[in-house]
Amino acid sequence: MILKTKYFDNVEVKEEDIITFERGLPGFEDSKRFVVLYKVDDDNPFKWLQSVDNGSLAFVIVQPQVFKDHYEVKIDEHVTSELEIGDLSDVIVYSIVTIPEDISQMTANLKAPILVNAKKNKGCQLLLEDERYEYRHNIVEELRKLGGKQNASADT
Amino acid sequence: MLVLTRKKNQSIVISDDIEITIIDIQNDQIRIGVTAPKNVPVYRKEVYLQIIEENRKAAENKKVSLDELKKNLKL
Repeated sequence: MILKTKYFDNVEVKEEDIITFERGLPGFEDSKRFVVLYKVDDDNPFKWLQSVDNGSLAFVIVQPQVFKDHYEVKIDEHVTSELEIGDLSDVIVYSIVTIPEDISQMTANLKAPILVNAKKNKGCQLLLEDERYEYRHNIVEELRKLGGKQNASADT
Repeated sequence: MLVLTRKKNQSIVISDDIEITIIDIQNDQIRIGVTAPKNVPVYRKEVYLQIIEENRKAAENKKVSLDELKKNLKL
């Protein structure tokens, strides 16, 4: 199927790549089908979460381990059953990225991550009741902290 | 809006599978217990509104290139 999108021209979407969000995302409950778009053979950690139901709806997403150490996502049994998770290693965690005018100030939402069960192509947005995580983590700043930590441990 | 008066330990049942119980009342704070099926998400309203707000903002990203974002990761 050919999808007309806001950020790309026509994109070919294969049925088997479509991820179903049964509850949609808060604020966008009508979009229940998404695809993750990225260039093959590219190591860019940023990807698009593109709505299949609404071509003009797309989020930039990133895997939080790129800039955050020990990010803990507690998955309780209602999520396990909703996404039909058999093996936790099938689950991919993404953060939604907000990009202001000054790109270097982009932030990631670690409070409400996107979970995808890659085996079943089912996804949802979770809310973490964890005070360590905020709606807006400055990605470049987090990366700097992470870099500092890695250098420190390399010195010892 | 339907308005009902309840005392401590009394409940309201919505449909046949959601129950809301008044657990405790202390001055202007009320502890509420919610029993609902696993596929019914329950949020504090202000938290839910905040997720919506953040999602809307994130969806308004101007036309950005992922390559441009990646460049910003090189410190």
